Amino acid sequence: MSEAAALMKTVELRVLRYSPVTDEKPSFGSFQVPWTDDMSVLQALQTIKDTLDGTLSFRWSCRMAVCGSCGMMINGKPQLACNTFIRNLPKGPITVEPLNHFPIERDLVVSVDDFVKKIESVYPYIIPKKPKSVADGPYLQTPAQMVAYESFSDCINCMLCYAACPQFGENPEFIGPGAMAMLQRYNGDSRDGAQKLRLDLIHGEDGVWSCTAVGVCSDVCPKHVDPANAVNQNKTNSALDFFLRFLPGAAR
Amino acid sequence: MHHFAADVLIVGAGGAGLRAAIAAAEADPSLTIALVSKVLPMRSHTVAAEGGSAGVIQAHDSLDNHFHDTVAGGDWLCEQDVVEFFVSRCTPEMIQLEHWGCPWNRKPDGNINVRAFGGMKVERTWFAADRSGFHILHTLFQTSTKYPAIKRFDEYFCIDLIVDGGRVQGATVLSPSTGEFTAITARAVILATGGAGRVFRQNTNGGIVTGDGMALAYRHGVPLRDMEFMQYHPTCMPGTGLLFTEACRGEGGHLKNKDGYRYLQDYGLGPVSEGPRNKTMELGPRDRLSQAFWHESQKGRTFETPGGDAVWLDMRHLGAAKLKERLPLICDMANEFMDIDPATGQIPVRPAVHYTMGGIPTDIRTATSLSGLFAAGECSSVGIHGANRLGSNSLAELFVFGHVAGDEAVKFAKRAPAATGAKLIELAKASAAKVVALRDQKGRGEKHANLRKEMALTMEKGCGIYRTAPEMQATCDKLGELKRRYRDITIEDRSSVWNTDWLAAVELGYQLEVAEATALSALMRKESRGAHQRLDGFEDRDDAKYLAHSLAHYRENAAPEITYGAVKITKLKPAVRAYGALGEALEAEEAKKDAAHV
Repeated sequence: MSEAAALMKTVELRVLRYSPVTDEKPSFGSFQVPWTDDMSVLQALQTIKDTLDGTLSFRWSCRMAVCGSCGMMINGKPQLACNTFIRNLPKGPITVEPLNHFPIERDLVVSVDDFVKKIESVYPYIIPKKPKSVADGPYLQTPAQMVAYESFSDCINCMLCYAACPQFGENPEFIGPGAMAMLQRYNGDSRDGAQKLRLDLIHGEDGVWSCTAVGVCSDVCPKHVDPANAVNQNKTNSALDFFLRFLPGAAR
Repeated sequence: MHHFAADVLIVGAGGAGLRAAIAAAEADPSLTIALVSKVLPMRSHTVAAEGGSAGVIQAHDSLDNHFHDTVAGGDWLCEQDVVEFFVSRCTPEMIQLEHWGCPWNRKPDGNINVRAFGGMKVERTWFAADRSGFHILHTLFQTSTKYPAIKRFDEYFCIDLIVDGGRVQGATVLSPSTGEFTAITARAVILATGGAGRVFRQNTNGGIVTGDGMALAYRHGVPLRDMEFMQYHPTCMPGTGLLFTEACRGEGGHLKNKDGYRYLQDYGLGPVSEGPRNKTMELGPRDRLSQAFWHESQKGRTFETPGGDAVWLDMRHLGAAKLKERLPLICDMANEFMDIDPATGQIPVRPAVHYTMGGIPTDIRTATSLSGLFAAGECSSVGIHGANRLGSNSLAELFVFGHVAGDEAVKFAKRAPAATGAKLIELAKASAAKVVALRDQKGRGEKHANLRKEMALTMEKGCGIYRTAPEMQATCDKLGELKRRYRDITIEDRSSVWNTDWLAAVELGYQLEVAEATALSALMRKESRGAHQRLDGFEDRDDAKYLAHSLAHYRENAAPEITYGAVKITKLKPAVRAYGALGEALEAEEAKKDAAHV
């Protein structure tokens, strides 16, 4: 350790470790990490990996809370490691664990396959009301029309909301807050014409009605996407759609 | 060793790779298109692009304006035929993204809105707040899911190309989650692996930006072009290097030295104006602004921060409402990382490495010198950026040339014989054996993390904003030493599942190749042009000797060989590159001449 590092204050990180090759079950490893006031939990983990234990595994990339790679449980709460700063955490050891409700593949790395399948399942693309060619130019869309979907399009797919959602914890089949926000992102877009197709996906018990409106998904969202609002809008839409289908002329 | 047979293989699933995959799937839905990415596609570094993407759309703008800005901005090291094609294809690509759902900012009447950007004569930057790259990437990823022809290999790491009989026929990839290898054979391969900014210490780039595709092609004999031109972005967070978009200045932000003085007026960028004025002051090009910072620093007119000296980015006069609408990500970053509210406080900024202007040389159809291999995006050097890229041209490049690469790879694949034969699998097995041997070697206890830090430091020292021969030579020597020590590394983690220790070591191997090509290309260019500025007797542009592309050729266990290739000049002859008042005067003179000719 350099002289400068020796003079630095240190913080204990308790990190959940697990290797499927050698470990029967996960257990905590403890590290004393030198830190400065501008340091994030991600930088603390990088310090561990570069200087203390090269075998620690975690995902990261952009360092600026937009790529969505470094979601983990920090002191029991789902957060991005890159924009969680040690200076803002309570004094004492910092506990770092993989995201709740997902299978652990190794250390802080969880399986993302199920989440990816869920977002793929909601027809996450424009199915246009009126198809246009590039030569026809852009669609018109006023700022007021953008408000209907824009905040839902800010989702970075970091999966923190799934780690917070008690329903997803109990029923992994539940489509969950992030995918529901994505569904609403397209259903709210004035260019799109496939609302019914998407609503049919979420009428069932693994769809919108699984949600018990706890709202923690929105509390933990680092991008203020408010997936709980997406779920609520879809409850209304789902109910409306369900009743409308019995009206005369609503041949389906 | 698993085997997957594809028609077209794309390595990298950021903006260029996804655009290429969609183009290929639309060109022929019956083909199998393998799309490999070492991260989930939406984690790709396109996600971090902030300001926006260029495309002429206003009535008083023209393709000729965009062409002129780009070529002059690149200090005439651009392929002019490629630039002409590029500017003509930008706007259709922006419209295509709009049709796919990209939430571009709109005017009150619902039409597309554009913002000002550095070095651009007329506003032509399409934007989605200051998360343009994020929205584009997610739009492309989500849209890509509707094409059954695209078979994604998410979180597969490319360790080598499969080259046989003078033609690329696939790639060998490793799945970190299983530790198993797959040979993906294909009749055409597109590299879309991004830049190499992480070879420098303070940089804006994500951890994944390690020059993988550049190094893979380079080791197979494809040269790397114009690598000495690394872009320093002038407004980054001291220490982390995180980016404060050029849109901060496009929207009207000011740069001030420690005395509160708008110093850019002292560096040929004035006159000072209150609101943003195109191609002057804060809307000058990135190379000139980063150079001005360096001079201010030399004069002692910057201030110290723990992450190095800095100047102020002042956006207080824009007001909270505009900041929130146009620059929400910047506001969040300043608040979360620095406890600064840009509506009430100034942000300390300094230059950091941002963009790799050089790369794998391709022709206008994105074909490389290796048969069957195409390249698009930041890993490529198709020739539009020259010695200095203009902000908002690189996002547009992803879609224009990603699209071309998809089309061209399909055409090539349909003509080419199938990639078959036991030989290809044997080659893949040999590549896999090499990286397994690296993981398991005893070594001499060298830690790759230490080598990475030493590399980044020496690159910053020798290949910074201003350069001298002794410093560049010292960097070249240091890189030679690091390459030798790299052979002696000992990887702590010998396991097979999610061994990121191992992957980082393989990436460092890629980075050292790219760093060496960069430093030696810089040392050999004895002139100053764009982002390559020297202080040791070569302070001027030298068109007689160096209006030429550098080409770094790989040599095993030796420094690369540097040669030069011609630059295609079509309609804009090399001239004085000026901004601010002088630039405006020269433009007026040109216009007068043109009028006299009519």
